[in-house]
Order: sequence, then structure tokens, then C-alpha cells
Amino acid sequence: MEVVYLDNAATSYPKPQTTLDAMMRYQQEIGGSPGRSGHRLSIDAGRIVHETRETLARLFNVDDPLRIVFTKNATEALNIALSGLLKPGDHVITTGMEHNSVMRPLRFLASQGVDLTVVPCSDRGEIDPDDIRAVFRANTRAVVLTHASNVTGTIMPIQEIGALTRTRGDIVLCVDAAQTAGALPIDAAAMGVDLLAFTGHKSLFGPQGTGGLYIRKGLDEHIGPLMRGGTGSRSEFEEQPDFMPDKYECGTPNTIGLAGLGAGAAYILAQGVATVREKEEVLTRRFLDHLQAFDGDVTLYGPRSAQDRIPLISFNIRDISPSDAALYLDEKWGILCRPGLHCAPAAHRTIGTFPQGTVRFSFGFFNTEEQVDLAAEALRNLLDG
Amino acid sequence: MIREDSFGVVLFESVSHALRAEKIMKTENIPCKLIPVPRRLSSDCGVCMRFSAAQREQVERALAGKLEHFEIVML
Repeated sequence: MEVVYLDNAATSYPKPQTTLDAMMRYQQEIGGSPGRSGHRLSIDAGRIVHETRETLARLFNVDDPLRIVFTKNATEALNIALSGLLKPGDHVITTGMEHNSVMRPLRFLASQGVDLTVVPCSDRGEIDPDDIRAVFRANTRAVVLTHASNVTGTIMPIQEIGALTRTRGDIVLCVDAAQTAGALPIDAAAMGVDLLAFTGHKSLFGPQGTGGLYIRKGLDEHIGPLMRGGTGSRSEFEEQPDFMPDKYECGTPNTIGLAGLGAGAAYILAQGVATVREKEEVLTRRFLDHLQAFDGDVTLYGPRSAQDRIPLISFNIRDISPSDAALYLDEKWGILCRPGLHCAPAAHRTIGTFPQGTVRFSFGFFNTEEQVDLAAEALRNLLDG
Repeated sequence: MIREDSFGVVLFESVSHALRAEKIMKTENIPCKLIPVPRRLSSDCGVCMRFSAAQREQVERALAGKLEHFEIVML
């Protein structure tokens, strides 16, 4: 049975062939440690990493590629940003829809003396920028939020919130773009984003083990690194370098992964983010239309319209538990999705599905309208059977 | 008088900066090569960019404003 992969919010599958080719090519023909030795294979490896940095800088409209730090995933990027920036006595604002990669560091920091305000969202996962501004204090250091919810798909008004933090002037805007990098246009400068955490293995079509953090110029002086170690630079000294990106990148990087990420991001650039968005919106709309026919038997969460959400849909089916539904879909239909709390208990509390969770379908660029129709047919069968 | 085969090198803070400079040279069509830093020179980064001495001015002009913290040493 061929699988219908609808779990792209967890990780994208399949990857474009160019991603796989780039990884294989690196390991077979180059293989060197980037930036360490002066020989041709080490320099070639360094070129690949640099190329990937440049591609991502183009994607996020960042003028200096060295403002982008590579990490193993978005979670590490968020930990660098939050632990590095926030000190006891600082005030930080977040929303009620965040993933645990934001909430767990923030809750820990709160236990260490950072003041945390969680601004509630609507039961569709929407945030009102005025509610964020209403809780600004003199000692507010940062606003941290997701670009789009991994539970409801709700797209957050980053540009409006960026305008508020820019107006204040002294508040850092940190955005979790795990679900949106490669899927929605992101212009860090235009959106007023100071810190952008992204992952490589979702809509950027890189492999797992890649991700990164964009740090706005000047902000790195205020953010301590999580790790210290060898960087291939300032090797005469036993102190961590204080310049970008070496300050936050020590130890041998995931070069094979970054080769893949570079190819994946280049693929997105070649297609155009707008093209990717358009196709995914079409798939989302098609599925939302199918859901309307189910009337009261299926409860949909999040925005009703495809344009207000990323291609990710949480729902519940009558009295069937999400895990039972997901198992049925996998075993009988080869449809793969994710049930449960999606590492975002806060979001499920906000929409009223805690602790049972939801079934989540997440479409990607390589899904088809036929697969969307099949998914709807499977749900119909589940309800009738 | 500049010998035809004499070179200069650009020293960098890190390999990322060296690779950035190499890209800039490529767009400006200035031949260069990334090589291990010669023993007698000290550098924050183990890789430097070698160029023909005759092109020193072009190299400086190409990098000015685009790269911070580099040093040119004539060999």
C-alpha cells in the first residue's frame, strides 16, 4: 500500500531529489570538515556551508549571511535566543498557542526569576496585537511567539506585532518560524523581526538535524552562547570568539545536513515561496470544503478560511479518540498523520482539546488533490463504519 | 618594482569571512586562492586568500565596505 503522507508539520517527506543528491555528493566527493583544515576538501566543505547560509539569507531577506547561525533544529535556536537573551528581572511576553520549544525554556526561565506573561488567544488560536501591547512594561525585554500554530495552523500577525515592538524601540521580537520558513514569505527586516528561529527539515526540505537562528545585527552582543568549544577561528585563544556566526557555532557542524538544507532551500527559492503557498492553499481549501460536508460529525479547529492558515488542519471525529482515528487511517488507508497534543499543550488548552488532543493533517508541496480527496473518503468510511 | 610572481594574502577573522571574500573576488573577476596561512604569519583563522601582488588595489577596493576585520599582508 502506497502511503499518503500528511504529517509534513512534523517533518517533510519526501524531499526533492536535489536534496538527496547534494547530501550524497558531499559525502562521496568532498567529505571534509568545513573551515578547519586548509586543504581543498575542507575549503570545499566550507563553501557548501557558506552557500547554504547565503541561500537562507536570500530567503529571509537578510543582507549579511553571517547573521545566520546554524543549529541542529529550531528548538536549539530558540534555546540560544531565550536563554541567551533573558536575565532574571526581565519581563517576557508570549501567547497561549506556543509549542513546547518556546514554553519549556520560558517556564524554566520563569522559575529562575524572569517575569513571564502569557497572552490568551481566541479559541481559533488568534492573537490580537493590542492585547500584546496592553501588557508592555518598562522592563519588557522581548515578545516571543510562533509565526503559525502547529496545532490550528493559525497565522499570527507578526508584521503588526513587529510594528509595536519597533515603536517601543527597546523590545526584541523573537519569532518561531518552525512551521513557516519556506511555506510563507518571511522578510525579517520588513517584519521587524530581531530573532528568527527556523528548522531545516520541514518546509525548507532539508534533512533532520538542521535549523538555525537569524540574529539581527547588534543583538548578538547581548546574547550569550549555549555552548563553547572549537570554531576553527582564533585557535590561539581559549576564549569563545565574540563574532558571528562562530560565537554560536562550535564543534563540527552537520555538514552533510547543511548540504541537503542548501539544496532544499534553493529548491524553494527556484519554485518561489508564493508558488508553494498557492498550491498549499489550494490543497487546504479543498480539504476544508470536504470537511463542511461532514457537518456536525467532524469538529474543525482554527480559522475557517484557507488563507488565514498554513496547510495544517486539526480536527476531531465525533466520539472517536484521535489516536484511534490515526491508527485506523494508517492501517486501513495508508494515510499518515499525527494525533495527540503535538508538543503544544498550551495550544490545546486554548482551543479546548486538552487533554485528549486532535487529529492533525498537514499538507506539503508534494501532496496532491487526489490525496486530499482520499483523506476525506477515509474519514467518511471511518464515520460510517 | 613588483615581481611578476609575488603575492599578497588577506587574513580573516574566520573561514566564513574568507569564503565571503572569495565570492566577492569571483564576482569582480579577481583571481585568488584560499590557502592555509603561511607559518610565519599569525591569524585568527587558518585559511587566508592569496592574490597576485599586482592586484592589491583591486582587492582592497572590492572588499572595502563589504567585509569587516580583514588584513592584507604582502609576501
